[in-house]
Amino acid sequence: MGFFLETLFGGLMAGMLYALIALGFVLIYKASGVFNFAQGAMVLFAALAMARFSGWYPLWFHFESKLLANLLGFVTAAALMVAVAWLVERLCLSRLVNQDGITLLMATLGIAYFLDGLGQTLFGNDIYKIDVGMPKEPLLVLQGTFDGGVLISQEDLVAALVAATLVALLALFFQKTATGRALRAVADDHQAAQSIGIPLDRIWVIVWSVAGIVALVAGIIWGSKLGVQFSLSLVALKALPVVILGGLTSIPGAILGGLIIGVGEKLSEIYLGPMFGGGIEIWFAYVLALLFLLVRPQGLFGEKIIDRV
Amino acid sequence: MLYRENGQFKTSYRADQQLFPVRQDRVAILALLAVAFVLLPLAAPEYLFRAILIPFLILSLAALGLNILVGYCGQISLGTGAFMAVGAYAAYNVQVRIPGMPLIASLLLGGLCATGVGVLFGIPSLRIKGLYLAVATLAAQFFTDWAFLRISWFTNHSSSGSVSVSGLNVFGLPIESPVSKYLLCLGFVSVFALLAKNLVRASIGREWMAMRDMDVAAAVIGIRPMYAKLTAFAVSSFIVGVAGALWGFVHLGAWEPAAFNIDRSFQLLFMVIIGGLGSISGSFIGAAFIILLPLLLNQVPRWFDMPLSTALASHLESMIFGALIVFFLIVEPHGLARLWSTAREKLRLWPFPH
Repeated sequence: MGFFLETLFGGLMAGMLYALIALGFVLIYKASGVFNFAQGAMVLFAALAMARFSGWYPLWFHFESKLLANLLGFVTAAALMVAVAWLVERLCLSRLVNQDGITLLMATLGIAYFLDGLGQTLFGNDIYKIDVGMPKEPLLVLQGTFDGGVLISQEDLVAALVAATLVALLALFFQKTATGRALRAVADDHQAAQSIGIPLDRIWVIVWSVAGIVALVAGIIWGSKLGVQFSLSLVALKALPVVILGGLTSIPGAILGGLIIGVGEKLSEIYLGPMFGGGIEIWFAYVLALLFLLVRPQGLFGEKIIDRV
Repeated sequence: MLYRENGQFKTSYRADQQLFPVRQDRVAILALLAVAFVLLPLAAPEYLFRAILIPFLILSLAALGLNILVGYCGQISLGTGAFMAVGAYAAYNVQVRIPGMPLIASLLLGGLCATGVGVLFGIPSLRIKGLYLAVATLAAQFFTDWAFLRISWFTNHSSSGSVSVSGLNVFGLPIESPVSKYLLCLGFVSVFALLAKNLVRASIGREWMAMRDMDVAAAVIGIRPMYAKLTAFAVSSFIVGVAGALWGFVHLGAWEPAAFNIDRSFQLLFMVIIGGLGSISGSFIGAAFIILLPLLLNQVPRWFDMPLSTALASHLESMIFGALIVFFLIVEPHGLARLWSTAREKLRLWPFPH
């Protein structure tokens, strides 16, 4: 039982991290109808910028403080992501208005190639470390209830808390601010939003910037776990089943989908893995999402797809 | 002046329905075939076959298959690499396990196995649509990646995980030299392109296009969605499977599952979209574009004598590739094939404005 709980917690926290990346997809899809395949590249780009700048600043300005370096690195990386968002909107999306979903998807794949190349050209292609002082030692809890207690990685716990905070902040931003209301209006109906004077282009820049900053946070958390390297952009592929399981248009869906996929992946690896010969976590999430979609084609919380002739 | 159909009167239904109704088109196609079948094998250097022509032919065959699914039936698939892998590994198993199996038969059987898998993964398309389907087809991709890596029966228990074929021959003629490989691929591509061109203008092709344009409306006028969608998946994955088998047998010779990974799927989707959705010639144009672009980008630094490290060069290449993809999508979202058809319309009137 202790072992089961340990796996369960591990799964839940991994799920939170998937949700963090899935969130980026959902934000952009909701506001602009673009399925953004470049999210993984954005995570890599942001993490690379953060890792390198926080390393460079102390060298440039001769100071020691780690906190200051990380803060400055974060601000610079965030500014870069806003610049990327603006450029993407200016140069690409605004010229592809009213195209098919598939054309937009391919355009974001092009952006992904570009960002992957740009990030590694500017910042190098070694493995870099991000050290934001995440606690590394595992935590033992519930020692009284179970033999040997339940082992929880503190690092994952902090990451999950950060993710939860971010989601809460985003929810507040979407529900309570004027910009958030405008974003929801655009998500609902582009034309109606435009006709009451909401500027689409500015909204898109905002939403891509928010997605970029979410990518930055995801990049920092994943980067301090795995190291910042090219494979970071593949993490996004793990978030795709989360997105469709939760529904392309739903933020709570992304969170719940992430938790389901995270737990399902860990439990299946332990309890089903030996039957299949291991390594099944690569496809398990996708098959899980596929089977689920057969029952609910719009995902858990996605908007109901209504076919009209 | 040259390209005009004035005076080409159709006096029978047969003449009216032929594949290329304009005489200039027929001449151009015949000339192209003559160049491809006769002139190139005589004149082209070996490098051209190995590095450009053979990959181009095989990938345009795969793009053709994908175009039937995405361009004609409107079902987005990100799992093309998986169907190629199924074709390649099935053909390999047929070749290894059944002694004396003719090469063409095992290639086609590989295609048939891919058809089975394609239909299986096509079943969800009856309920799941659009981008949800696109992501769901990634299940096929990751599942086959895993299966061919982990289940050793598929690779005939090879210890390294990679498989290889040798001593290929067709009707007793050895397929060893680049020219013979090229001709084998060209034969397959010509036959399948002809079949595809005819399929998409037959009733089944029209059903696919109706499905693509609006599936509910198509169902209302009596097109069975299950039949239309699953036949599209079947035909598409058959062609893709044969292309996969050719890619493994003829182009690579020895391969691992990584040869058919998700990048391959994206590459094929790029070809179809850059070339033109719903156009047979678009598959070829797209394949040529995607294959030639990296080769060209590779050459550019050499022209200007810029010493670049390999890592930097590959990053710059991926940047330029991405930027060009976006550029072409902006300039011509309907693909390069549309450029050609616009040019043709202009040519028909030239030199008159109307």
